[in-house]
Amino acid sequence: MIFNIPYIAVAVLILLGLYALIFKRNLIKMVIGITLIESGVNLFLITLGYRKESIAPIYTSSPGGVMAFPVPQALTLTSIVIGVAVIALMLSLVMHIYRHYGTLDVRKVRRLKE
Amino acid sequence: MTKMSKIVRTIASIAFPFAMIYGLYVIAHGHLTPGGGFQGGAIAASACAMILVAFGSKWTLDKIKEKRLSVFESLGGIGFIAIALLGLVFGAAFFNNFLTGSNFLFGTIPATGSGLADINTGGVLPLMNFAVGLKVIVGLFVIVLVMAYAATSFKEDKK
Amino acid sequence: MNVPDYTIALVVAIPLLGAFLTPLVGRINDKLRNIFVILVLTLNAFLVFLLASDVLTTGIKTYVFGAQDISYPIVRILFEVDAMSIFMAIISSILVTVAVIYSWSFMKENTGLDKYYTLILLLTAGMLGMVLTGDMFNFFVFLEITSIASCALIAFWTHKGESVEAGFKYIVISAMGALFVLFAIALLYGQYNALNIALLSSVIQYTFLDKIALVLLIVALAMKAGIVPMHMWLPDSYGSAPSSISIILVSATLASLYGVFRVIFTLYGNVLSKIANFGIPVNVLIGWLIVALAVISILIGVFMALIQSDFKRLIAYGAVAELGYMFLGIGTGIVALGTAYGKTALDGGIFHVINDALDVGLLFLVAGAIYYATKETSLDKLGGLARNMKYTTVFFIIGFLAVAGMPPLNGFASKLLIYESTFQLNPILAIVAILCSILLLAVFVKVFYSAFMGPQLPKFKDVKEVPKSMLFSMGIIACIIVIFGLFPEFIINNLVEPAANALIGYSEYISQVVVGGI
Repeated sequence: MIFNIPYIAVAVLILLGLYALIFKRNLIKMVIGITLIESGVNLFLITLGYRKESIAPIYTSSPGGVMAFPVPQALTLTSIVIGVAVIALMLSLVMHIYRHYGTLDVRKVRRLKE
Repeated sequence: MTKMSKIVRTIASIAFPFAMIYGLYVIAHGHLTPGGGFQGGAIAASACAMILVAFGSKWTLDKIKEKRLSVFESLGGIGFIAIALLGLVFGAAFFNNFLTGSNFLFGTIPATGSGLADINTGGVLPLMNFAVGLKVIVGLFVIVLVMAYAATSFKEDKK
Repeated sequence: MNVPDYTIALVVAIPLLGAFLTPLVGRINDKLRNIFVILVLTLNAFLVFLLASDVLTTGIKTYVFGAQDISYPIVRILFEVDAMSIFMAIISSILVTVAVIYSWSFMKENTGLDKYYTLILLLTAGMLGMVLTGDMFNFFVFLEITSIASCALIAFWTHKGESVEAGFKYIVISAMGALFVLFAIALLYGQYNALNIALLSSVIQYTFLDKIALVLLIVALAMKAGIVPMHMWLPDSYGSAPSSISIILVSATLASLYGVFRVIFTLYGNVLSKIANFGIPVNVLIGWLIVALAVISILIGVFMALIQSDFKRLIAYGAVAELGYMFLGIGTGIVALGTAYGKTALDGGIFHVINDALDVGLLFLVAGAIYYATKETSLDKLGGLARNMKYTTVFFIIGFLAVAGMPPLNGFASKLLIYESTFQLNPILAIVAILCSILLLAVFVKVFYSAFMGPQLPKFKDVKEVPKSMLFSMGIIACIIVIFGLFPEFIINNLVEPAANALIGYSEYISQVVVGGI
């Protein structure tokens, strides 16, 4: 059971993120929704590489024993780096939207219709 | 962004070198310990962002030109790709680690098994970490700087 | 013709290196920078053509990053280029090169062009990486590079509220789609401990988790490809971006479409045909689903295009309909896999990919030319432009006849294949497709009449023909369209047929990497 907690957290994070993305009307909250989904996916990836009672995968002066699998960690890092770029881009777009529309409410940011 | 109180500015200028050195340490030891170009770059960039918050965007923009920073960012990107291409020229393939085993720069092969870390290992990995670190420090700082500047000019427009 | 294997790496590396060099060159001189970017992309297109001639004659090529050979177990990033990948790479390189030549005059009055060209080069690297890679995680990385760069380019005109709004919509959609893709990759990786597409495809079992991964991958990539009912972002971003970007976005969308094909035909190609749900093989079910989505896309695209008053949004809805035709061909091909008409449908669908990219691209360039000359995109306010803009009018006629599938242009060649084969699957499908094609012609005739015909409007009296670089880039695409229309057999035999065979022949794709195949 205890090893399933990360997976439950993954599900909770992704569902929360989707909820924020779909039902929240503030643009900043939508961006937070995206970051929540991203954290959930990253947590999922990192959990895949976990071994029971494992140590960090560094060879130099390691005490020996089972090592965690490093590839998912590398994948997660890549995904975090990409996430930073996406979030920065989104926030700067939100700033521009606020400048043009004077609001962050999605219901009022609707110049493009149909 | 306006500048903050004198206490904050003093503490920020004291803490700045420590944060910067820690960031550079993480970049330099990227091939030995957890961390690397991106992580160290993020630490160093947050040190720069601290200065920006403490001293205000106007002061920072007077000192640093955003255009000059973007040159460094390009240099980081070029360094990364150029090292990868050198792998094609001198080694077997694109991204090939052609320096390892050459006893040249970062060229020694570490002894197998657990032992103390040797900084002179890793081949092209440390060089790539430096390139990525440069790009990330400058890139993240430019993002924060431009956002702060845009927020300031927006407030002035409104007035 | 044989080229060394490292050409595959260079095709992605050269645009990346060029992207980082552009700001430095831009500090010297603006003209020099434009020439530099055009040279980089032309060189890259040339390399893509060389690679294509090699792949089409000698078969699949692989390239391992960082080492000489594939070492087992496969942990390295692997690029695997087959006829389908190179087909998409050719489309991307043609469109990007043309768009950059077009930008020379079109974007002249804008500032911050260093970043514009840097982003275009990054976008090129992303698209080419997406279609050439043989690794799932690498595919995700290039997908994200593509979406970040194209989002920044959609919102490039930040002084317009609409552009920024469209950019935000696009980045939300693509960030969510990319995260779904990553989640699916993680599901596959957790089960099979592999990221390589060929390796995954050889061991995939179609467990419950695999089904989830399949749904996530198809939904996310189809969303990025702009299939109805996930098309809302497409007219917004195509319509609000600068025209030179709209044409690149067409090929970025098609790269996502390639992802859908790769997932259905290669990644799951091995299991989908062997497993049945409700007594029907799963790939037939998926094929019918695609056909249904395709018909809805065609209908919605055409009917929404009817009521648009903005030139570029109208073309964008036309593009949605054209996407529907591609999916109709591919879907029919999946349903009738193995029969002769299924093969024809697949050929038609794949041929339509390149035709749509060229036709819709040309129309976007024409819309951009009209915007450049008159600063107007609303059809209600345009009129009588044929008097002043003769060449643009000719290019528009070529473009809209090709989109509507009129002989002897290229749109007719591929649509005929799709009509023929869908008629054998179900006549109603073919009838809907033909009727919608006629409606599309009607829509564009309306545009032609309201924008180019009629009396000369007083405010457009001084409108001049657009500069030479824009005419030249439109001319290139128009020439390709006419050539494809006159010699469709040549293109089908040499480019489309190998691509269709590559899609079906997943076992060959696998055996290049996995010892002993499946």
